[in-house]
Amino acid sequence: MKELLSGNEAIARGAWEAGARMAVAYPGTPSTEILETMAARHREVYSQWSPNEKVAYEVGIGASLGGARTLVCMKHVGVNVAADPFMTHAYTGVNGGFVLVTADDPEMHSSQNEQDNRLYARFANVPMLEPSDSQEARDMTMAAFQISEEFDTPVIVRVTTRISHSKGVVGVGDRKPGPEKQFEKDPPKYVMVPNNARQRHVVVRDRLAKLEKFTEMTQFNVLEENGSKIGIISGGVAYQYAKEVLPDADYLKLGFSYPLPLDKIRKFVESHDTVLVVEELEPFYEDQIRAAGIMVEGKKYFGHLGELSPYRVADGMKAAGIVDTVAVSKIAPAENMFPRPPVLCPGCPHRGAFMALRKLKVAVTGDIGCYTLGFTKPLGAMDTCVCMGASIGTAIGMEKVHGYAKGTVAVIGDSTFLHSGVTGLMDAVYNNSNVTVLIVDNSATAMTGGQQHPATGRTLMGDEAGKIDIGQLVQAMGVKNYRPVDPYDYDQVLNTIKEEMANDGPSVIHTQRPCVLMPKRIMEEPYTVDLEKCTACGACFRISCPAIMAAKETNERGHPKAIIDASLCTGCTLCSQICPEEAIILKSQMVEA
Amino acid sequence: MEKDHFDILIVGVGGQGVLLASEIISEAAIAAGYDVKKSEVHGMSQRGGIVTSHVRVAPKVYSPTIQQGTADIILAFEQAEGLRAVNWMKPEGVAIVSTTALIPAIVTSSKQFDYPEDALDQLKAKADNVIVAEADRIAGELGNPRLVNTILLGVMSALLPIDREVWLDTIKKKVKERFVEINLRAFERGEQIQRESVVS
Ligand SMILES: Cc1ncc(C[n+]2csc(CCOP(=O)(O)OP(=O)(O)O)c2C)c(N)n1
Repeated sequence: MKELLSGNEAIARGAWEAGARMAVAYPGTPSTEILETMAARHREVYSQWSPNEKVAYEVGIGASLGGARTLVCMKHVGVNVAADPFMTHAYTGVNGGFVLVTADDPEMHSSQNEQDNRLYARFANVPMLEPSDSQEARDMTMAAFQISEEFDTPVIVRVTTRISHSKGVVGVGDRKPGPEKQFEKDPPKYVMVPNNARQRHVVVRDRLAKLEKFTEMTQFNVLEENGSKIGIISGGVAYQYAKEVLPDADYLKLGFSYPLPLDKIRKFVESHDTVLVVEELEPFYEDQIRAAGIMVEGKKYFGHLGELSPYRVADGMKAAGIVDTVAVSKIAPAENMFPRPPVLCPGCPHRGAFMALRKLKVAVTGDIGCYTLGFTKPLGAMDTCVCMGASIGTAIGMEKVHGYAKGTVAVIGDSTFLHSGVTGLMDAVYNNSNVTVLIVDNSATAMTGGQQHPATGRTLMGDEAGKIDIGQLVQAMGVKNYRPVDPYDYDQVLNTIKEEMANDGPSVIHTQRPCVLMPKRIMEEPYTVDLEKCTACGACFRISCPAIMAAKETNERGHPKAIIDASLCTGCTLCSQICPEEAIILKSQMVEA
Repeated sequence: MEKDHFDILIVGVGGQGVLLASEIISEAAIAAGYDVKKSEVHGMSQRGGIVTSHVRVAPKVYSPTIQQGTADIILAFEQAEGLRAVNWMKPEGVAIVSTTALIPAIVTSSKQFDYPEDALDQLKAKADNVIVAEADRIAGELGNPRLVNTILLGVMSALLPIDREVWLDTIKKKVKERFVEINLRAFERGEQIQRESVVS
């Protein structure tokens, strides 16, 4: 049977076929669709969102200890959050097979950095598989469970955006149950106190030695001989780019890429005149190959930054002297093109908060989510963004050293607050910080596509769920100044922020309006512009709403008046609240007039 | 020998149905017996940004992405996005472009940027084979602005070695049942545009 599957869908499929009984994750592009596919199509696998990647990983440890084949998925930076359990899980090993999928994002299409998580495999001394297309994503996920059980170790399956989000034809099969296992008490293996951990570290090194033999034999490290004097060592999507450019070279394709098959590599290098290593981001293969005393080149030609592409690989091969020409665009690119950056949607409940913050000209420590778009012009009301949950700690630090007490506001989304903002707020209460925290709550993890989280009342699989009350949680932690507000009421938001910045102690302002896209698209009666009243002052353009556009009509100075696209307007009312001429009115009022 | 590999770049703006169109092309090509890879980036781009999808059809496909300057077909759901993508196309390629114009807030709210009102003329000056489709107007006539993607698929369909029946079956499979009828009509309107166009 064959299906057109994305890399993410294929991973879910592979885990299902391999008999996985547990899949757990926190959403993050480009990994999110793995669990979404599992919950939609492969319902024999119990799957759940956890509040963050660390908890997801720990739930995974428990499921594996309980005997189930377990899949844990996250984006590359999620592994940083889960790194604590991960690094020591490498010591304890597993019971049911345990597969960690890390979905990296070279080029940072939707991320704050482009760290190369292959380095985690080496850091923790755990084996890693690197699929180069959807078929391998399925096959390697299935194999990873076996390897995990055979060598008693968590196994990394490392993909990148181009694998996760590309679709290809995949041969698939049926689900087979995994091995039947129960939890068995074994404190020396599972209780990582120093004395036990010292013993387990020995086990880790022994295991690595066995894996070093395995990697020389596995079918996933394939030699492709075409009788060429040129040899290419590559893996992941880079392999596909290289094949595209130079199909007739000899290849050593690395699918099981930690530990590396150094003997195989040595023979390959010895039997070719020129050998190049083609890999994205860090010189992960190249450094280890060179450290083994085998001379190869790679990064010198292909660079460390961003995504590779057929063009970049061809260009590097030309610099290395193994291809003569690189196809270039014969049609010149268009000049002076305007940008089309992502913007907050029409009616987005985050907009009101940023309109108010811009007006107040305060220092705004930001966080990650749709609301990060509040930094873009013309809103321009966010000053920092580092990682999920960072806004509150950053605000506390700034306030402590700068006495910005009355001028620092942290902005954080609901899913992000539950992910890692709660501990930051604890710090604010504990250390008597005067920060003002704005929780912009849209009842969704919107940035990644509207997933459920612990305060939405639904699980990933669609069941009714326990529901955290963010207001109660905040107050239980000792925040005395807790103020729920309606973000569609501009004056209320503005005045509440002003008041809370003047109040002593930490304050939490909680905006509450659902995302306009999810779970269902919100469309109230649209607004329209009375062009006779509009003076083209531009105030509504500056709230950055995609539904508000320039009209053909201008004022006497030639500035365009505004029109509203009725098919986009959700009737949120914000523009009508700030229009000084009261020219923005409901469409029905316009018809009556 | 008939040409058996096609690189198609689909461009548009979030919400225009770029991903559904690339899905339909891919499924149709598989049904016609080809290997297919398609690649796109989602995430931030949902929020009114540019959406690009690469579809590669051949007996055997390696890279999931097209190399700049080598696309056989550009399918643009928005005219300025068609212009922005033109250098991805090979000189003998065909650009199929909707007259749809979507002007972002960043252009209206600042004097720094202009929307190229003459995008179609610029496009024709750069590329030899351009088919302009008034897909936004036709979609309006059919009563649903979201049909732009299916109309453009209709325009493109005759350029690929995939039978008409396969296209129609794939649309029936991929589109929600209550929208099948209207999508088939949109597809036919697109085919008509292709027949009447000068490019063959
Ligand atoms: C450690 C980590 N995990 C996941 C992500 C991906 N991610 C970015 S923002 C976000 C959550 C956004 O939800 P919320 O805070 O509710 O804001 P919204 O997008 O709904 O406005 C996620 C999951 C990330 N950047 N870092």
